[in-house]
Amino acid sequence: MIVAKRKPVNEIADMLAPFKKITVVGCRSCVAICLAGGEKEVKMLVSALKVKNKKEGKKQQFEAFVVERQCEKEWITEVRDKILDSDVTLSMACSLGAQTIGDMYPEHLTFPGLNTGIFGVPEEQGVWSEKCVGCGNCIIHTTGGICPISRCAKSMLNGPCGGSSNRKCEVNLEVDCAWAAIYDRLKIQKRLDLIETISPAKDWSTSHSGGRRVYTREDAKLTPHQKKGKEAIQ
Amino acid sequence: MAEHKPKLVCFCCERHGIDAAVLAARSGKQYDASVRIVTVPCSGRVDGIHLLEALDNGADAVFVVGCLEKNCYYDTGSIEGRKRVNYVKSMLSEAGIESERVEMFNAASTNAWAFPEAVSKMVEVVKKLGPIGKGGEPQ
Repeated sequence: MIVAKRKPVNEIADMLAPFKKITVVGCRSCVAICLAGGEKEVKMLVSALKVKNKKEGKKQQFEAFVVERQCEKEWITEVRDKILDSDVTLSMACSLGAQTIGDMYPEHLTFPGLNTGIFGVPEEQGVWSEKCVGCGNCIIHTTGGICPISRCAKSMLNGPCGGSSNRKCEVNLEVDCAWAAIYDRLKIQKRLDLIETISPAKDWSTSHSGGRRVYTREDAKLTPHQKKGKEAIQ
Repeated sequence: MAEHKPKLVCFCCERHGIDAAVLAARSGKQYDASVRIVTVPCSGRVDGIHLLEALDNGADAVFVVGCLEKNCYYDTGSIEGRKRVNYVKSMLSEAGIESERVEMFNAASTNAWAFPEAVSKMVEVVKKLGPIGKGGEPQ
């Protein structure tokens, strides 16, 4: 899932300072799971901003909403009027949510309340770690199911490097060496021969290069006729 | 100008926390009448949103009274409560608001002075800091 972190309250307050009427929109998907932009976090942020305003003698009007998935236009339309009725919208979703609102209502200001971070998994309660960088060319079938691109500090395809010591990475001794983990996993799977196989240079053209990546599935796309029908329903 | 009368909200666990408050009253210990006690099943039930909304709705300070950490009725409830209080303190600091306005206390049900002491500490904090903003009225 996408893991994000709330921006510091003062940074958000500075962004919103010139505006009187503010709509805060949270998201019940990834950012709710990583405790950054769900219902509770939205309410807490609004309360903190109100207390700050009270201290500073400022008047701002806040309205808070949480949608199911802020990255999908259908859910945003539910709060369309509330968004357009405000001076600015603070998105408490990942950057995808904030940009979806921005794309739908380009004349309206939408600011990010969160810093979008990683594709991560919950390791334990309150801890999320990165396990994918979305390179677009997955090779974990050759590395025991462990991604060296995201988990090795040098994204090495043929590791470990000379900086691996006592199963730790030279970049940061707190960080486990991804290739030590790959070795262990391949050993359990009795596939250690794979670690001796030299991987050729990776095709990075599927990664973030050459602008925005767009994935399409032709059979799922609507025909112009279907699009017209959907628009009519909406 | 009349002295500001503190408005305090106390989230009190219904085990050691409230017992400590009741024992204080039964023992004749006095504490400031400005405190409004909200009983909760466990201090671990208190969420950051309760603390922040209390401040937003006019409280000058909010505090939580739970069991002693090594003698919590629900084992780890008061540890959870303290974590939430600390998170709210960090949010208040980020916002430039005095984090002392939110506090966590632990009390044993057999300790008659623990609750009045917690109240008087918070009253002192509010007397030192004054209300949040002019008049401390909610928006």
